[in-house]
Amino acid sequence: MPLDQSFVGRTYPPSAPYEVGREKIREFATAVRDLHPAYFDPEAAKALGHPDVIAPPTFPVIIAIPASLAAVNDPDFGLVGAWVVHGDQRFVYQRPLRAGDRIQCEVTIEAIKSIADSDMITLVNDLRTVEGEPVCSVRSLFVVRQTESEPAGDTTTRTAATTQAGES
Amino acid sequence: MPRYEELAVGDELPSQSFPVDRADLVRYAGAAGDFNPIHWNERFALQVGLPGVIAHGMFTMAQAIRVVTDWVGDPGAVVEYGVRFTKPVVVPDDGVGAGVEVSGKIGALLEGNRVRVELTAMSAGQKVLGRAVAVVSVP
Repeated sequence: MPLDQSFVGRTYPPSAPYEVGREKIREFATAVRDLHPAYFDPEAAKALGHPDVIAPPTFPVIIAIPASLAAVNDPDFGLVGAWVVHGDQRFVYQRPLRAGDRIQCEVTIEAIKSIADSDMITLVNDLRTVEGEPVCSVRSLFVVRQTESEPAGDTTTRTAATTQAGES
Repeated sequence: MPRYEELAVGDELPSQSFPVDRADLVRYAGAAGDFNPIHWNERFALQVGLPGVIAHGMFTMAQAIRVVTDWVGDPGAVVEYGVRFTKPVVVPDDGVGAGVEVSGKIGALLEGNRVRVELTAMSAGQKVLGRAVAVVSVP
């Protein structure tokens, strides 16, 4: 069953604030094997004009994906129990995330396209500081299959949302 | 560090080759909070029709932008970055793992000292990211 088009444009209430910490940035940068000093050393970050260590460019997903659950787990929307495959990912930055930021995330269902037995859903997460400064927008396209059978899945990458949607 | 006025469309950025093994995927799962078993459980991955354990798309995306951030010097200079996940990076448990080769070239010089970089990411001869584009500010 295709997803309900009337959900396009729906925005969910902002997530609880996520505090970006130096150690989390260091852990994430280490995990992606990117040892740029701007992620580890506040002085190195300052030398580049940043007030504190900055987060790697893909760090915002670890805030955005859990925040997306507001939409993914909306029982009226119909993603619960579906297979969700991450198709596209895009970031637009007003500035890099940095240690000390307290970030709230607002998720909007931007688009729903139905093709054959799949829906393609675009979620946009707007990340702002609790003071209201926009920092980054995180646009994710997910392919949703409302089928009982296993997905083909050999050409795509599934995200945390898969497991979370699939196991809810 | 590159200077805007010295750049031209078609210029190539230094290519890089990034290794990825199972330990990387476990570490990334923990750091990112993405515990989908297709990234660490061979049995589960095969069960859902994958050729084996595959890297998180977001891990590959994090590796690919290195070609831009290492080139420009300041990772905070990235103003846009997008990719499409076209093929999975299959990571065998063979003590070697997989590799992702990333190259980049300048696709456009934009206003405000911004540069569009087009990235290509290959693993095992397949293009693993599509429409991989970053926009970065250069001095």
